[in-house]
Amino acid sequence: MNQSGWKPAAPVKGPGDTGTVTGNRALMLEEPLIFEIDGGETTGVDFADVPQVTARIGALTRSAPIGLPGLSEPEAVRHYTRLSRQNYGIDLGFFPLGSCTMKHNPRLNEKMARLPGFADIHPLQPRETVQGALELINELAFWLIDLTGMHGVAMSPKAGAHGELCGILCIRAALEARGDARSVVLVPESAHGTNPATAAFAGYAVENIPANADGRVDLEALKARLGPDVAALMITNPNTCGLFEPQMKEISDAVHAAGGFVYCDGANFNAIVGKVRPGDLGVDAMHINLHKTFSTPHGGGGPGSGPVVLSEALSPFGPLPYTARTKDGVVHLIEEEQAEEFSNENFGGSMQSFGRMTAFHGQMGMFTRALTYILSHGADGLKQVAEDAVLNANYVLRSCEDVLDAPFAHSGPCMHEAIFSDKGFGGGLTTLDLAKGLIDEGFHPMTMYFPLVVHGAMLVEPTETESKAALDQFIGALRHVAERARAGDESLKSAPAHAPRRRLDETLAARKPIVAWRTPAPDADKISGRNEVGGQ
Amino acid sequence: MRYLPLSDADRRQMLDVIGAETIDDLFRDVPEKARQSGPIAGLPMHASEMAVERHLTALAAKNVPAGSAPFFLGCGAYKHHVPASVDHLIQRGEFLTAYTPYQPEIAQGTLQVLFEFQTQVAKLTGCEVANASMYDGSTACWEAIGMARRITRRTKALLSDGLHPHYVAVCKTMAKFTGDSLTTSVPTLDAETDLQRLIGEINDETSAVVVQYPDILGRIADLTPLADAAHAKGALLIAVVTEPVALGLIKAPGEMGADIVVGEGQSIGVGLQFGGPYVGLFACREKHIRQMPGRLAGETVDAEGKRGFVLTLSTREQHIRREKATSNICTNSGLCALAFSIHLTLLGEKGLRQLAELNHARAVQVAERLGAIPGVGLVNNSFFNEFTLELPVEARPAVHRMVEQGVLGGVSLGRLYPGAEGLKNGLVVAVTETVTDADIDALEGALKEVVA
Repeated sequence: MNQSGWKPAAPVKGPGDTGTVTGNRALMLEEPLIFEIDGGETTGVDFADVPQVTARIGALTRSAPIGLPGLSEPEAVRHYTRLSRQNYGIDLGFFPLGSCTMKHNPRLNEKMARLPGFADIHPLQPRETVQGALELINELAFWLIDLTGMHGVAMSPKAGAHGELCGILCIRAALEARGDARSVVLVPESAHGTNPATAAFAGYAVENIPANADGRVDLEALKARLGPDVAALMITNPNTCGLFEPQMKEISDAVHAAGGFVYCDGANFNAIVGKVRPGDLGVDAMHINLHKTFSTPHGGGGPGSGPVVLSEALSPFGPLPYTARTKDGVVHLIEEEQAEEFSNENFGGSMQSFGRMTAFHGQMGMFTRALTYILSHGADGLKQVAEDAVLNANYVLRSCEDVLDAPFAHSGPCMHEAIFSDKGFGGGLTTLDLAKGLIDEGFHPMTMYFPLVVHGAMLVEPTETESKAALDQFIGALRHVAERARAGDESLKSAPAHAPRRRLDETLAARKPIVAWRTPAPDADKISGRNEVGGQ
Repeated sequence: MRYLPLSDADRRQMLDVIGAETIDDLFRDVPEKARQSGPIAGLPMHASEMAVERHLTALAAKNVPAGSAPFFLGCGAYKHHVPASVDHLIQRGEFLTAYTPYQPEIAQGTLQVLFEFQTQVAKLTGCEVANASMYDGSTACWEAIGMARRITRRTKALLSDGLHPHYVAVCKTMAKFTGDSLTTSVPTLDAETDLQRLIGEINDETSAVVVQYPDILGRIADLTPLADAAHAKGALLIAVVTEPVALGLIKAPGEMGADIVVGEGQSIGVGLQFGGPYVGLFACREKHIRQMPGRLAGETVDAEGKRGFVLTLSTREQHIRREKATSNICTNSGLCALAFSIHLTLLGEKGLRQLAELNHARAVQVAERLGAIPGVGLVNNSFFNEFTLELPVEARPAVHRMVEQGVLGGVSLGRLYPGAEGLKNGLVVAVTETVTDADIDALEGALKEVVA
């Protein structure tokens, strides 16, 4: 139990609650910070004795202590195990975060990524000692190219948004190579929020393209805006309204006719994998979130991995190291030293990489997991992935549309995710209150307030790895909380009541940021370490 | 299909609820001609766990893992021992399979870890605040230059010749698109860093001076004069650390006046993994907190007054301001940050100091023995656990010849700087606590042979 002497602030007692000395509630354990448990010179590792040598660090020996806390191994194991119990993960239950596709993370993937032949090799090892790793990258690259109907793939981007940047930089490099300076990137309202940020970061002016009443790109508005200043359209398909863009080919053709490129945000690829190849629809570049479509775990916020598949027109411009299929169908991994030999005849143009995006080869540990997943599912399984993901989403949509406003239910079947809104809630209750109410029902809430085109949006994404029984339980809970919200049940405003923490004050955190622990002053207030940092 | 729980009976029932005849009815928005018919070209049908394991194991067996040979590679990625409990703890499902902590009430484990991580990184680098991690050291380095641009409203950064060439390459790639101008040069084997040159080049247009510590050749220099010179002209000092274990023994950049300290955290808790996933470290002065990119965990209270943690200051990010965001970063390296934090907690102040001393002592031993080989010269006057040798022969083929003798003997500067004539005989050797006496004997023997 909590032995450090640290105590949480006295909880507000409910009826029948006599409180505890430690702040623990049965198996709900309070856990201090490592700095509050610190045993001074305690360490959890043993080393061999240090040989006596003459130091070679000049006058730069550290003089003052760093102030790092140390725990013995048993203390550390308890600290992190207890913290883990305050977390919700996909292994505990259904995680309907839409557009973030939380699905089962097979442990075989973890085991394969930890084979010393993959986990314990250095990015600068001589080529002859890492042949298996290069083969693995090429094999994964081959399937990514194949599944998307594209020509090449840049494996190095470290996350989805990094992949977006990679795609836009490829487009910019391709335009520059033909001496075509363009300044605008068009982004539909139904695109992911990172898209405009990415385009702006790459030096482009960003203009919105409106969605029509069906939640899809307004093709006429797009056509009216296209012109010689438009470098690219950044579209998300299936889009963040959960809908497939049926006019995707027409959209691509219009953009191409105006001399621009089509970037597709591939975050939702799991809904169409094995069913549709974006390359067939005229897409020039698309990132694939390996942690979404191919089940690499997200670890509470990363790492991600965002390979970018490229059309033949963009292939010569990808970052190094870079994977591409030559005319003979073979996929190669190219670094600076091979760039020259892969120029000209193999690419029908010269290799004109825009440079490096990251120090090394990208997220190798994620490639191992993604390939393991692809091979486990195979051609039949991947197709079933898309079908079951779409089936599950439509099942949730149709099972809840009588108690929750579903703004696009009239637009036809949804793809990977069902969208609801807070229309009809009583008592000033919001989507946030419903989400917190779901926590008390034992579920992780859905994505809130996205897409932006829907007021009080809720985006539910039940992936293909959820059973019907799990969905039925969730639907029951969602309907129950929705009915409370419609009835204006005030108690939802203080939810959750049964989580490790009640509702947290996010405004206070932003107004007076405390982002590092400080040794409390003797007269510190009751929350230890509470020293204010930063301005207003 | 072991990951797909729906039975055919489930599917039929669900289609009935939806009011659809077949699954294809749900894909009716996909134009007929865009639908893929038949199996995915070339991809085999689903495979058993055993079959997949056999295939991946065969691929893994074609590589030479660092732990299976005398191993001396560094240059931005280091082989260290990671305690078994680190990997065990990060594999707990509640950590491994969690998503971004968007619902803080049920993500306190991740959020508290990030808060602890931020504090550890701030202390280690000698800064006041740190973020919840970046993709890796190279992308963090570029983000630091962008942050200096926002703070100083200037666009000209000076890069030290000792900055990792791949980091330079990443920054150059990005600068092409943002309009920043970067001044950089290639190092020489003359043993001294270019701090005097940098001091001379700082002017009223300089946004930041970027210096690696220890640098790509392993050299360590006092950054104080550089910080003073930068500050006198209104520029920032950005220090880049690719081997954070060094900070257990040598002064932190923040102590010497660095405004932003970024780094690669792979060395602590994260395996080599052929280059990723790694964990970018990003720390700075408190007054610049609102210009810092990436995620931040912050302390707050809940409705009962209990301390808790949330993601905070996200208005700087893409979530809200879209095209006005400070960067397009939308994730961190959460699990790697967790591994880093656990390892550093196990080490503690005492363990980190011992680890750093052990690394340095082993490196000094190896440098003395290799430097004594006829024709081989030690370039460095100072170093931590990595140093550069000047060989009497070209280092790149020498590395391959050492492989033939079963030794992974270092990184040739020819690989890092193709075409730089003055560097082609340079070999960067990293020595950590994992190196044994037998490994050192093997390296010495192999090197003698290839330079003979």
